[in-house]
Amino acid sequence: MSNVFLLAVDGSPGSDKAIDFVADQAGRGGAKVIVAYVIEWSPYSFNTAEENEQRHKRREEELEKATSSIISPVEDRLKKLGLDVESIVRHGHPAKTVAELAVSKDAAQIFIGRTGETGLKSMLFGSVAANLVQTSTVPVTVVP
Amino acid sequence: MKNLLTNGLLGLVLIIIATVGFTANSVAQSTSSSTEMEWVKGIKDPNAGYRGWIHGISPPGDSTAAAAADTGIDAQINAVTAPLAAFIGKVVFFKVPLFGAQLPLVVLWLVIGSVFFTIYTRFIGLRAFKHAIELVRGDYSDPNSHGEVSHFQALATAVSGTVGIGNIGGVAVAVTVGGPGATFWLIMAGVLGMSTKFVECTLGVKYRTENPDGSVSGGPMYYLRKGFAELGMEGFGRFMGMFYAIGIFIGALGIGNMFQSNQAYVQLNNVTGGALDGLGWLVGIIMAAIVFAVIIGGIKSIARVTEKIVPFMAGFYCLFALIVIAMNITAVPEAIANIFTGAFTGEGVAGGALGALIIGFQRAVFSNEAGIGSASIAHSAVKTNEPVTEGVVSVLEPFIDTIVICTITALVIGTSAVADPNFAGDAKGIAMTSAAFEAKLSWFPIPLAFAGMMFAFSTMISWSYYGLKGWTYMFGESDLGQTIYKVIYCIFVALGCMVSLGPILDISDALVFLICVPNILGLYFLAPIVKREMDSYFARIKSGEIKRFRNS
Repeated sequence: MSNVFLLAVDGSPGSDKAIDFVADQAGRGGAKVIVAYVIEWSPYSFNTAEENEQRHKRREEELEKATSSIISPVEDRLKKLGLDVESIVRHGHPAKTVAELAVSKDAAQIFIGRTGETGLKSMLFGSVAANLVQTSTVPVTVVP
Repeated sequence: MKNLLTNGLLGLVLIIIATVGFTANSVAQSTSSSTEMEWVKGIKDPNAGYRGWIHGISPPGDSTAAAAADTGIDAQINAVTAPLAAFIGKVVFFKVPLFGAQLPLVVLWLVIGSVFFTIYTRFIGLRAFKHAIELVRGDYSDPNSHGEVSHFQALATAVSGTVGIGNIGGVAVAVTVGGPGATFWLIMAGVLGMSTKFVECTLGVKYRTENPDGSVSGGPMYYLRKGFAELGMEGFGRFMGMFYAIGIFIGALGIGNMFQSNQAYVQLNNVTGGALDGLGWLVGIIMAAIVFAVIIGGIKSIARVTEKIVPFMAGFYCLFALIVIAMNITAVPEAIANIFTGAFTGEGVAGGALGALIIGFQRAVFSNEAGIGSASIAHSAVKTNEPVTEGVVSVLEPFIDTIVICTITALVIGTSAVADPNFAGDAKGIAMTSAAFEAKLSWFPIPLAFAGMMFAFSTMISWSYYGLKGWTYMFGESDLGQTIYKVIYCIFVALGCMVSLGPILDISDALVFLICVPNILGLYFLAPIVKREMDSYFARIKSGEIKRFRNS
């Protein structure tokens, strides 16, 4: 069994708790941590031609922004604790993409904070964590 | 060897056209005006003739926007442009009498092109159809490149530019004039059009230009210039590219813009029972303001809403059309039989079966824009390492536009006509389709008019982009230049509702079809490049070098 943890973050206070938890767990077992952030995106949306033309540029900007404002701080924080850290930013359906990443990266476990979105949106569509628990083929730890 | 073959065939095509042209010329002179096409009859406004054919709408009646302003500016513009427009129109839409039917040469040019590309690509549209669906479904999409424009998005954008009022009203015109048999040829032309689309969209991606800011520009003007340069004909390529750019720019202001806003106003006025008579300026300014908000104000949400509504509206249209067909179920066998027998007998059609064939082909070309090159501009925005994938995906456009939607409309009209031959009275174009729906679903004309508005709006947005690409090709990518273009575009939206700019629209229509000439000529020369790419791509699919990421 691999000793890789996949930590899904979204920049919310909820994922802060998950980061602390993973830092603790990984520290004990010497696990490698993959920090993942998913930019919500669907291949089946309808765009104007102008949006399509700008898409490549926007994508680069989105990746850049996600890396600098969300992923890098987490990566630094974990690295300071002496952990082996890798990071990934992907576009896609959040829960599905995290589940797929866990499989392709051969992660033993997924960690995610409980409260990503709140309010109406999570009532209507369910939270990413809940979706992940239902669909993932890899064990999921939801950090409250 | 293959090059030789292409050039040889090309030469042959040109010789045929020249010969037919000359013979036709002498015949035309001897028969003079008596050969006036039967199918033009019933169109009141002579200036609207071409537009009616392109978009398949009966031209506005006497009380409509087209006649809104017969004095002042309009009269002056008319005086200046009418003779010029008439001349250009005559040249571009030059018609050849053929066994009693009338064949516009530009349609012949498009048809010969699509037949050639179909054979040359060994029926790519049918061969790659399944693969096209796999691509759109995302089976071959690398998760690492998620976030780029997907095949589905590229297809949806291109389709919403082509699906329009023509799919609803144009088919009615075709059936009125060409009989039920025109539907059969319309479908055949849709199948052939797949190959033309494949070639032009593959080239569009292959020869697009990546701008310093990371955005991309492509389309026929780019592949004409770069492709011919590769073949050692740099000067000719530059000329053709520029010619295309001018054509698409002016065409965008006409058929993609003024005509759309004009028709949207006419329909709105019809539905409200003439309450908007004389208020064309107001409707025009409102529409221009909305377009302004979208293309200059950057209020993308409006465009996004339209882009989302249009596909659903097309879906609803098809759904209700199928319901109407189901309600007429007893008439379906006869309606289908009529389509097949009509295709080969051409009963009651001017020019017989050939007349039906011409009308069917013409309607299809005008509807799915295969050969005009506009879809190529939309598809080049996609960043992909395999140009062929965009070509493959684009074969679905004539399929959706012509083979599915147009056929469904034809069946609605066909079954209604079997049930009650007089169902539409004198109604033509979209009004005829509307009447066919109304016979079974009395409330349908209002959502249909709303759908027409949305279709017109999305066409305006799509063509604003095509025109912009022509503009930036000519004048560069500067922001100021682009803004100037967009302001001009908005002014023309408003103008479309206010004045009768018949001759100007004729020029723009003529130019749009004139650009088929350099475009398809270029496609002949560049076809060997496409074929090389195509063979290499499918060989790599077969060998497994290009991997599936899903559903393998």
